[in-house]
Amino acid sequence: MINILLFAHLQEIIGESKLCVDQSDRTIGQIKEWMEIQYPQVNLQHVMTAVNEEFATDTTVVKQGDTIAFIPPISGG
Amino acid sequence: MTTSLFEIVDKPIDVEKVRQKVTDRNAGAITVFIGTVREMTKGKKTLHLEYQAYPSMAVKMFEQISKEIQEKWSEAKVAITHRVGHLDISDIAVVIAVSSPHRKIAYEANEYAIDRIKQIVPIWKKEYWEDGTEWIGDQLENVPYPKGNPSI
Repeated sequence: MINILLFAHLQEIIGESKLCVDQSDRTIGQIKEWMEIQYPQVNLQHVMTAVNEEFATDTTVVKQGDTIAFIPPISGG
Repeated sequence: MTTSLFEIVDKPIDVEKVRQKVTDRNAGAITVFIGTVREMTKGKKTLHLEYQAYPSMAVKMFEQISKEIQEKWSEAKVAITHRVGHLDISDIAVVIAVSSPHRKIAYEANEYAIDRIKQIVPIWKKEYWEDGTEWIGDQLENVPYPKGNPSI
């Protein structure tokens, strides 16, 4: 299992701040595609991703127990 | 009481406490940047804001920014506190303090820090207007993406 953290509008659309899903040993790109099938109202094409609090790319492979976060474009400061 | 140089807090920020974190006997200058909640943006009136963060990663990114600053200006010392939750107009959202032996570096490193915060630190703001709400979506801070579909 992996943890998926959701923020900002993604959190509101999906209605959860955290998901626990059986998607380990897949790439971020594959998980994004899976998410968009599970939640058709979500578009993750331009959303950045972090794995265990480090920015990752769509080719990064997620392992059992990892925490991934979908990071919509930020607006802090 | 925490002495961490980098913090995400959900209470009003004490500016003086952030400044004190960078005091140094060899410092000849401290710059303090205070980011506040603006009421009018391009003619549109903000009622209040809500900030959300991914706190553990945000602190890591503050540390990375500090590291980058150390590489560029080895004598600069940085402290950053960002607030989350409900903020009203004129409330302080972020405080960045930088000390250095001379003022030029303190100014430059401080500007570098806020620029980088807007690029890499996972913090989001939601605007509350008279006619609706929107999570603001890009690093230039003024383009909303209601469908979660920004272009980078």
